[in-house]
Amino acid sequence: MTSNGKPKFAMYWAASCGGCEIAVLNIHEKILDVDANFEVVFWPVAMDAKYKDVEAMEDGSILLTLFNGAIRNDENEHIAKLLRQKSKILVAFGSCANEGCVPALANLSPVKDLMDTVYTTVSTENPENLRPQPTTTVPEGELYIPTMYPIVRTLDQVVDVDYYMPGCPPESHQIAAVIDLVIQVLQGKAQLPPKGTVIGAGGSTVCDECKRKRDVKHIKEFKRIQHVMIDPELCILEQGVICSGSATRSGCGALCPAAGSPCIGCYGPAEGALDFGARLMTAVSSVIDSNKPEEIERILDGIPDPAGMFYRFNMAGSLLRASRPAWDKK
Amino acid sequence: MSEKIGVYVCHCGTNIAGTVDVEDVAKWAAEQLKHRGVVIARDYKFMCSSLGQELIQKDIQELGLTRVVVAACSPHLHERTFRTACKNAGLNPYLCELVSIREQCSWIHADKVVGTEKSKAILSGGVERVIWHEALEPLRVPIHPATLVVGGGIAGIQAALEIADAGFPVIMVEREPSIGGHMAQFDKTFPTLDCSACILTPKMVDVGNHPNIKLLSWAEVTKVDGYVGNFQVVVKQKARCVVTELCTGCGICVEKCPKKVVDDVFEAGLGKRKAIYTPFPQAVPKYPVLDRENCTYFIKGTCKACEKFCPTGAIDFNQKDEYLQFDVGQIILATGWELFDVRRIPQYGYGRLPNVLTSLEFERLSNAAGPTGGKIVMKDGVTAPKSVGIVHCVGSRDKNYNAYCSSICCMQSLKFAHLVHERTGAEVHNFYIDIRTPSKGYEEFYQRLLEEGTHFVRGKVADITNSVRLPGEEGKLVIQVEDTLIGKQRRIPVDMVILSAGLEPRHDTKEVARLFGLSCSADGWMIERHPKLDPVATMTDGIMIAGCLQGPKDIPASVAQGAAAAARVVGKIQQKEISIEPVRATVNQDKCSGCRICNNLCPFNAILYHEDRMVSEVNPALCQGCGTCVAACPAGAITGTGFSNEQVLAQIEGLLMLNVKRMETIPA
Ligand SMILES: Cc1cc2nc3c(=O)[nH]c(=O)nc-3n(C[C@H](O)[C@H](O)[C@H](O)COP(=O)(O)OP(=O)(O)OC[C@H]3O[C@@H](n4cnc5c(N)ncnc54)[C@H](O)[C@@H]3O)c2cc1C
Ligand code: SF4
Ligand code: SF4
Ligand code: SF4
Ligand code: SF4
Repeated sequence: MTSNGKPKFAMYWAASCGGCEIAVLNIHEKILDVDANFEVVFWPVAMDAKYKDVEAMEDGSILLTLFNGAIRNDENEHIAKLLRQKSKILVAFGSCANEGCVPALANLSPVKDLMDTVYTTVSTENPENLRPQPTTTVPEGELYIPTMYPIVRTLDQVVDVDYYMPGCPPESHQIAAVIDLVIQVLQGKAQLPPKGTVIGAGGSTVCDECKRKRDVKHIKEFKRIQHVMIDPELCILEQGVICSGSATRSGCGALCPAAGSPCIGCYGPAEGALDFGARLMTAVSSVIDSNKPEEIERILDGIPDPAGMFYRFNMAGSLLRASRPAWDKK
Repeated sequence: MSEKIGVYVCHCGTNIAGTVDVEDVAKWAAEQLKHRGVVIARDYKFMCSSLGQELIQKDIQELGLTRVVVAACSPHLHERTFRTACKNAGLNPYLCELVSIREQCSWIHADKVVGTEKSKAILSGGVERVIWHEALEPLRVPIHPATLVVGGGIAGIQAALEIADAGFPVIMVEREPSIGGHMAQFDKTFPTLDCSACILTPKMVDVGNHPNIKLLSWAEVTKVDGYVGNFQVVVKQKARCVVTELCTGCGICVEKCPKKVVDDVFEAGLGKRKAIYTPFPQAVPKYPVLDRENCTYFIKGTCKACEKFCPTGAIDFNQKDEYLQFDVGQIILATGWELFDVRRIPQYGYGRLPNVLTSLEFERLSNAAGPTGGKIVMKDGVTAPKSVGIVHCVGSRDKNYNAYCSSICCMQSLKFAHLVHERTGAEVHNFYIDIRTPSKGYEEFYQRLLEEGTHFVRGKVADITNSVRLPGEEGKLVIQVEDTLIGKQRRIPVDMVILSAGLEPRHDTKEVARLFGLSCSADGWMIERHPKLDPVATMTDGIMIAGCLQGPKDIPASVAQGAAAAARVVGKIQQKEISIEPVRATVNQDKCSGCRICNNLCPFNAILYHEDRMVSEVNPALCQGCGTCVAACPAGAITGTGFSNEQVLAQIEGLLMLNVKRMETIPA
């Protein structure tokens, strides 16, 4: 408890896009409940704060920390460990913290290749072919920037995590519900779920919440969304467009398929499923309607970027986590 | 860790101990896997011996083991042995895990250090896995006493008679109008040269008359549901246009039918039959079949000669295909083989050069009941050949066609050489790669042929042509071959060439396999449960295979398999009830979203979808635990007993030795 008697709240972004923060702000007037019930002590995107202030806090003095973003560099790791130490409840918030999300697709390439791509593309003005260095000496002294790790990790591959809240970003109504729950716990009206629980999401899959009609699937051709008029009633996968709904945890209310767009899997693997990409790949390949190897090859060619398609969100959280070259070039 | 695990490492004589330091593996497990619950680890010469089994039983009783891991051979061989040993000592048999350090380790490595380390990893995986095992009870189901036999060749006939003679009902389904299969087409059979019809037709008659056999010819199985002991099959009885209850088999309709059709099936295209026909005089059943595609009445609307002359009014032009349903407990498939299509080797000239014959054509040509009455003559129908070339291995033992040996062609080629000699006195050249005569009486037959003066040329025929290059080749078929024994190219002119084409799986074997939930090898033959120890069973309980659909073989071997399959079937029927492996998939109804991905995947049709509740369910009696759906379900809603996520992942962790050296956190 602080001077004003309110429990402390923190939110941090590691390797992430900022969407999670916006989703939190997007809970509209509920944000006032946050303010009414918590003292916000650390939230770099919303208010000024210094790491040394956090370092100075007592261990376990922050009640609730929402941590979004994956662990890409030594700064991310340092703050993750710091916030773990200072927080009672640490929530892996959003897909990046939970499973690596888009940043973790970089786990398919060594850091050097990533850097080369970023610093040599046609749109880059870099005549001296420079690369950022962790330390640079200038007249004023040493400058330091974080060091990239060879692979991106999820939050719980680095520190102990209390709860998991998936989504890219988590849906605002789910965030509001979680905040409500914590407030009720504070007021003694509810109990926290067991440690390790996935919160702010459902226990089944997007398909389960999807209203579309579905049949036994026979896929003769994979199409991309821009090339078809999606039938408003029928399961999107049956129309040949890969929909990740069958493998994705429920929680969003099947928003994308309802809007005529395939589920892309942002809520992560279904409860108990370990490797999202492997699950979805076996499922999708199981319903290819052909026994002829050449025809199957041709049908599969309709998926131009399988890694991006099936592991868009779950690369770091998958069983393999990264490709061999990314591991090797430590 | 609450489990008490016993670990047993087998030497298998030197089979394992030769490349794996088994003592070290056991010692290592006792020390390094202690924290995972291993309370005892032993090595022993032969774990499967009764002394080896007693070791396990004693430890279960004295140390109170709750889990057992045996590191020995493949589960295919001894899983049951060790499970039974556990059961006899009061431990649920499914709490025992057999890991293979023989097939998967000692037999494939030469380096003892590598073999030993790998064995430790395999064992470690087994220990992690066994922790997650559950006590299971085998399922018991009653067994229906009837058996379906599909295919009425010699293998199917043998199987059907054995079962029927044992007092149990058989339903035999044959696609052609008559049973008999290929054997009915032959004149003589090697090596004894007894008349094929004389030994086959009594058996065919027995099938036709047997009170326990229901024979459905001109019929095919279209649907198979159910599982061992309780199959439901649907048989399509194609319309014969002959009412079998009225038909006496007098053959008047056949005689009066004005329409002749080339008989591509029984006469191999050499002879003709009528539009209403029985393929051969001794056909069983005796009822003719009206071939609607070729019947003048069906084409032009007039004729009906058969109907007019039939003394019992048995012809019924309006007959429709019928679908009959049967319950059977077990199934024997004996659908046989097809001849390799020699047109695929164009340089042999078949179809282009008139006197190049296939082996089956020659069988008909030499058959006393065949189109020439058994006279071996050339295409003109009168001239006997003065010289004949017989080419072995056509389409067999050749990477471009079939890599396997068709096993019967050597003997069949020798048989042909003998018949040609005997009936025409012609000079005979046999062109072979190797002569293979391994069965009883076969080598003797070969010796006899050598004495009869057949020329044997060792070499693969390159070309068969009628273009003349040398004097003496005019009007002849010239066989171009490298004689590898003298190292020379030779051109041998002959009047007639017989291509001993290989045996191939029937063109529809894959569909038949799918219908019955079986699988085929890369060559296309159906796969047996074990190539040596279980040649007639399949991976699907209750379905047996016999004869050439399992691979090329001669008549004695086909008969032996037919009888063996029958013995297996009868043995099961007599048990009245059978226990089936409890390794099954189940759908967690709460997790299933009804996405229907799995619905069409089960090779045993075990998955049903509940439209109302929008969930899928596995019928445990149908499921064989193959795991296909488990892998496919994107929601992870399906679990396979014995192959749960926990079990598989724990085993992987064990294999990676993560249980002994905690994975260092990923380096920064
Ligand atoms: C030219 C030649 C000569 C030979 N000579 C000899 C010899 O002298 N001695 C010897 O020992 N071996 C000989 N053989 C080998 C012999 O032919 C086989 O061993 C024997 O035919 C195998 O019998 P089977 O019952 O397995 O198959 P098949 O004889 O092929 O019988 C299979 C039966 O199943 C039926 N059938 C197929 N598919 C279906 C279906 N889907 N539904 C219902 N019914 C179906 C077919 O119509 C057929 O009646 C010879 C082979 C060849 C090629
Ligand atoms: S696959 Fe996509 S469209 Fe089809 S039912 Fe599932 S969520 Fe709906
Ligand atoms: S009706 Fe058909 S089957 Fe009968 S005699 Fe005429 S052509 Fe032959
Ligand atoms: S595991 Fe699944 S696919 Fe395999 S037999 Fe059972 S229900 Fe069918
Ligand atoms: S694949 Fe899984 S979720 Fe989909 S219908 Fe089958 S059991 Fe249900």
